[in-house]
Amino acid sequence: MEFEYKVEGGDFTNAGSASSSVKKTLKKLNVDPKITRKIVVALYEAEVNIVAHAYRGDILVKISPEQINITLTDEGPGIENIEQAMVEGYSTASAKVREMGFGAGMGLANIKKNTDQMNIQSEVGKGTVLSFTNFLS
Amino acid sequence: MDKPFYHALKIDEELCIGCSHCMNSCPTEAIRVWNGIASIDEDKCIDCGECAKVCPTTAIYVEEDYFDNIFKYRYRVALIPSVFVGQFPENIKASQIYSVLHKLGFTHVYEVERAVEVLREAVWDYQKEYVDEYPIISSFCPAIVRLIQVKFPSLVDQIMKLNTPSDIAATFYRKKLTDQGLRDNEIGIFYITPCAAKIASIISPVGIEESAVSGVINSNSLYNRVYREIKNETGDICAVPEPTVIHDYKLLWSLNRGESRQAHGRTLAIDGIYNAIEFLEMVENEEVTGIDFLECRACSQSCAGGILNAENRFLIIERLKKRIERNNQKTSDYKSSGIREYKDFLASRIKLGDIPSRSMMMLDADMLKAMQKMKNSQKIEKELPSIDCGACGAPSCKALAEDIVKGNATLSHCIFIQNKLIKNNEINLDTALGIIRNIWGNRSVK
Ligand SMILES: Nc1ncnc2c1ncn2[C@@H]1O[C@H](COP(=O)(O)OP(=O)(O)OP(=O)(O)O)[C@@H](O)[C@H]1O
Ligand SMILES: [Mg+2]
Repeated sequence: MEFEYKVEGGDFTNAGSASSSVKKTLKKLNVDPKITRKIVVALYEAEVNIVAHAYRGDILVKISPEQINITLTDEGPGIENIEQAMVEGYSTASAKVREMGFGAGMGLANIKKNTDQMNIQSEVGKGTVLSFTNFLS
Repeated sequence: MDKPFYHALKIDEELCIGCSHCMNSCPTEAIRVWNGIASIDEDKCIDCGECAKVCPTTAIYVEEDYFDNIFKYRYRVALIPSVFVGQFPENIKASQIYSVLHKLGFTHVYEVERAVEVLREAVWDYQKEYVDEYPIISSFCPAIVRLIQVKFPSLVDQIMKLNTPSDIAATFYRKKLTDQGLRDNEIGIFYITPCAAKIASIISPVGIEESAVSGVINSNSLYNRVYREIKNETGDICAVPEPTVIHDYKLLWSLNRGESRQAHGRTLAIDGIYNAIEFLEMVENEEVTGIDFLECRACSQSCAGGILNAENRFLIIERLKKRIERNNQKTSDYKSSGIREYKDFLASRIKLGDIPSRSMMMLDADMLKAMQKMKNSQKIEKELPSIDCGACGAPSCKALAEDIVKGNATLSHCIFIQNKLIKNNEINLDTALGIIRNIWGNRSVK
């Protein structure tokens, strides 16, 4: 099954609404709580990244008994150096974003840690596609 | 499967008018109305008591042992939490209360909060050795432990695996008495409970095999007995042993910030079941960072707000603090109740075993089936009016949709759908009224 969500850049109050909704769904589907938690944490970080760094984005969640795959496609500045962005502690977050308690540079590393597969593609000036998968069994 | 969970909250079917107040207040959506009577889903109930609070006919009650059950034992210990004493007006001395408890048949009175002396150090050690995800969530409130088990299963490992003051106190006191030569099976320890969840946790404990407490007495009923005696002033006050001093931090343990103030690092205290749910959602999403220790209690104002207290929660707190102030002026030298000498003996009892998750949110244990049911329930939800009127006997349109796919209800339970079915000649008025009667009982359609 598939679910879609929309994310608005700069809208910190609603960041986390997709991950909360996905969490409820996974609980109803009896997905292992440990795996659910990982997915929710990864999705939350990815959502916040769109809110903090991009203009707008779409989230597509695909669930099957074997795996959960989530793809976040955003319109935004894109990431110049993905390898560098993945490094723990690296952040270009603005002062304003840091004031809100984000910008530790841990998000992408956290997503990597909590997922079985992760893939980022980005085009500077256009946007970023982040996709990750967790296996359920 | 595990053994069924005991719940202290019961519904008196004679008194229940099927008004659905309880159904709408239940934080885990455990209540449905059928045949004009509320019924509680045992798997979902966490014994928080929100339903009993809103019940207009007191049909929801907390089951308790007969008081005379204490006399099955030769030695009868009243295990009292500080909020029990806090209910009494300040002019009634603690010694008077203890004396009446003896007169009523108890041979010993012991304060639950004395166990905090060893528990606090255990919390510090636990924090020092802890390596898992933060925050550590306190295990103090049994309704919160149950809430996490059923609604936040991924957080069970974060529950602090340390026992509650009441069970530690009971274990200590039993040991102390047997060391004095009393026979274990002749000792009955009765916990005076301010809430339903405590009863459930004593009868169906989590993380330990069996509770050291033998029975439970509801705070309000014992309060009435004691207060009546004191009011009657029948004179012959029994002698009770000189009470030893209890430190403030122990007496305040069960109130808001009682634990969080004592735990190390950055701590946070949350009271009220809906506040707890809101916050635990965030903890589960790892939206909360930097908090080391989370105190979390189901009742507003923690144990002072327990549904079995006879007095108002704020008055209890005020009175308890007054008592503490007065005691501080009176006594300066601190004498322990001896629990410290039993620290090694208690060490293994203080640790809790695993706390299993028992998620009750799933639509089906089989994921493929669950996915099918979810698709169906979403389709059904679209047909429903989404005004959550509760006339179907379920707390929300979403809940009805899920009940339908689980086979526990039908679409025609919705009165809006009924009208449509009547218009399309799929059912007649009599059938519709019959459905309403099935849900709300004969009283509903006269
Ligand atoms: N969707 C995105 N669009 C543009 N840039 C991004 C996006 N996601 C990440 N980045 C870039 O990668 C950097 C590292 O991201 P990461 O999520 O690891 O840290 P952060 O968002 O800066 O801080 P934190 O996630 O700890 O709050 C960001 O600072 C930003 O420059
Ligand atoms: Mg980030």
